[in-house]
Amino acid sequence: MLRIGKLPITIFAVLIIIFPWIADHISAIDHYPDIMVFAGIYCLIAMGLSLLMGYAGQISIGHAAFYGIGAYVSAILTVRYGLNPWTGMLAGMVVAAVVALLVGAPSLKLKGHYLAMATLAFGIIVYIIFNEETEWTGGPDGMSGIPGLSIFGFGFDSVEKYYYLVWGIVFIVFIFTINVIQSGTGRALRAIHSSEPAASAMGVDISRFKVIVFVYSAMLASLAGSLYAHYLNFINPSTFDLFFSIKLLIMIALGGMHSIWGAVIGSGLITFLSYEWLHYFGEFEVIVYGAILLLVTIFLPHGLVGVPGIVKGWLRR
Amino acid sequence: MVNHHPHFLFYGSGMEKITLASQLLQYLITGLTVGSIYAMVAVGFNIIYNVTEIINFAQGEFVMLGGLIMVFFHVTLGLPLILAFPATILLVTLAGVLLDRLAIRPIRQPSVLTLIIATIAASILIKGAAMFIWGKDPYDLPAFSGRNPINVLGAVIQPQYFWVIGFLIIIVIALSIFFDRTIIGKAMSACADNADAASLVGIDVKRMILLSFALSAGIGAVAGITVTPISLMEYDRGVMLAVKGFGAAILGGLGSFPGAILGGLIIGSIESFGAGLISSGYKDAFALIVLMVVLFFKPSGIFGDIEISRIKRF
Repeated sequence: MLRIGKLPITIFAVLIIIFPWIADHISAIDHYPDIMVFAGIYCLIAMGLSLLMGYAGQISIGHAAFYGIGAYVSAILTVRYGLNPWTGMLAGMVVAAVVALLVGAPSLKLKGHYLAMATLAFGIIVYIIFNEETEWTGGPDGMSGIPGLSIFGFGFDSVEKYYYLVWGIVFIVFIFTINVIQSGTGRALRAIHSSEPAASAMGVDISRFKVIVFVYSAMLASLAGSLYAHYLNFINPSTFDLFFSIKLLIMIALGGMHSIWGAVIGSGLITFLSYEWLHYFGEFEVIVYGAILLLVTIFLPHGLVGVPGIVKGWLRR
Repeated sequence: MVNHHPHFLFYGSGMEKITLASQLLQYLITGLTVGSIYAMVAVGFNIIYNVTEIINFAQGEFVMLGGLIMVFFHVTLGLPLILAFPATILLVTLAGVLLDRLAIRPIRQPSVLTLIIATIAASILIKGAAMFIWGKDPYDLPAFSGRNPINVLGAVIQPQYFWVIGFLIIIVIALSIFFDRTIIGKAMSACADNADAASLVGIDVKRMILLSFALSAGIGAVAGITVTPISLMEYDRGVMLAVKGFGAAILGGLGSFPGAILGGLIIGSIESFGAGLISSGYKDAFALIVLMVVLFFKPSGIFGDIEISRIKRF
C-alpha cells in the first residue's frame, strides 16, 4: 500500500490532460470540465483528509470551516482591501494553519472521538461567524465581486484554463502527499493508525505527527476554498456548512481512506453525484448520502479502492 | 443545523418595564429549562458510552423524532396526551433498537473511526427520513397544561417549563432505581465497568448494548416531547441538540450521570445568559465554545475520572 506505482499516475495525468478535449467532442458531457473544476477543488481537501483519517486514524467533522476560512480570507483581502488574489490565497493558508494548530493541538492529545467532537463544534462556530460578522463577510447574503486569478497578465478566465490550473495544483499536491506517505513521516503515521502504544514505544512522537497532518489538511482545505472563491467570484456561508464536512467524510469513506487514490476516486464520484446525478432526488439527496455512507462503512470498510482486493479474494477461493 | 426561526418563547419579548433582577431571573429559569433538555441528551450519551464506549452522533435525532412523532400522534391523529406520550416513546425506542441492529452491530471490525462514521450516517439518514415525512416546516405541539404564563418576581414562566424540569427529575429517579435496584440495570453497569468480565459471568453483552440504545432513545424521546411545545420542532434540529448535549456530558465528565445533569443545567444557563446579555446571534455558539474550552483545558470534566477514561478503549 505504501508503494504507489508510476504507471497509474501517468495514466491518471494523461486522462486529466485530454479530458476537456474529449468532453468538447461529446455534447452530452460538454459541461463536465466545469464540474471537474469542483472535483479538483474537493480532491485537494479530500487528499488532506485522507491522510488524516487513513494514515493518522483521526476524524474531522469540521473541514468545511477551513475550506470557508480560505474562501473568506481570499474574498475579504481582495474585495475589501484590494490585495492580490495570490496573496489572499497564501494568507488564507497561514490563517487556516494557525487556527488548525490552536484547535488540533489540544484535542489531538486526547483519544478517538474528541477531535471529532471538537472539530464538529468548531465547524459550527465558524459557520455562525460567517453568518453573523456581516461587516466582514456580508452575512448570509455572502460576498460578490471576488476577482479571478491571473499570473503575469495571463488570466485564468475560462473554464478550461481554470480546469488546468486546479488540476495542475491537484497534481503537485498529489505528488507531494505521496512523497510524504512514502517517507519516514508516512511510516510513522501508519504506525500510529495501527497501534498508538506500539508506535509510541518505537519512539514516534504521536501527537506531534497528528498535529502536523491536521495542520497540513487544514491548509489544503483553505487552498481549495480560495480556488473556489476566485472561480465562482461569489461566496456565501451555506457552502461551508456542516453537511459539506459530512460530504467530505463520505468522499473519503467511499473512495477508501487507506489510499490516496481513494480520495481522488471518492471526491470525483461525490462531486458528480451532487452536481449531476442526484438532481432527481432534490433535497432528499441527503438520504442517498446517508445510505452510501452506512453501506460503505458496513460492507466496504476499505472503500472502492478495496474492491479489487475483495474480487481477487473471491477468485482465489 | 443553525436555526434561524425565532425562539420567541424562550427569550420573551414584549414585556413592559422589566427590572434587571427579574430579567436575570428570567434568563436563569429559561436556561435551566433548556439545560434540562441538554441534560437528558447528555444522559443518553452516557448510557450508550458507558456500555459500548461509542459516542452516538445520532443522539439528537432521537429528540427530534420524539417531538415530531408526538406531533403525529397527538395533533395529526388526535390521540390524547396520555396515549400519545407512551406511543411516541415506544416508537423512538424502536428507532434506537434499529440503530443498533442496522448500523452498529453489522460492523465487522469496529474502531472509533468506523463507529463514529456509522452513527453519523445513521444521523443523516434519520434526518433525511424526517424531512421526507414531515417536510421542512417547524411543528408546534399544544403545551401539556396550557400556555398561561405564571409571573414569578417579574419573570414570566411558561407552565411547560415545569413539565420539562419535572421529567428530568423523574428520569433521574427512575434511572437510579434502574441501575441500583434491578438485575438488568446492574448487569448494564457491569458491562460499563468491564464488558469482558461481565460476559464471563453470563451477562449477554450484545443484549445490554441493544438495551442501552433503546433506553437512550427513550430518554431522547422524552426530551423531544417535552421541549416541542416550547421551541417547536423540525427535521434538522438533531445535530445541534446532540453537540450541546455532548458539551453537557463532557462538562460534567463523560460517563458520569450527576455530571450530565449538572453539565446540562450549566450549559443551558450559559447559553441563556449569553444570548440575553451578550449576543443573540451567537446563541448557538456559547454552548459549543464551552464544549471546546472544556475539551482543551479539562477533558475529564467536573466529575470525570481520569483513571476510568484511561481504561476505556476510545
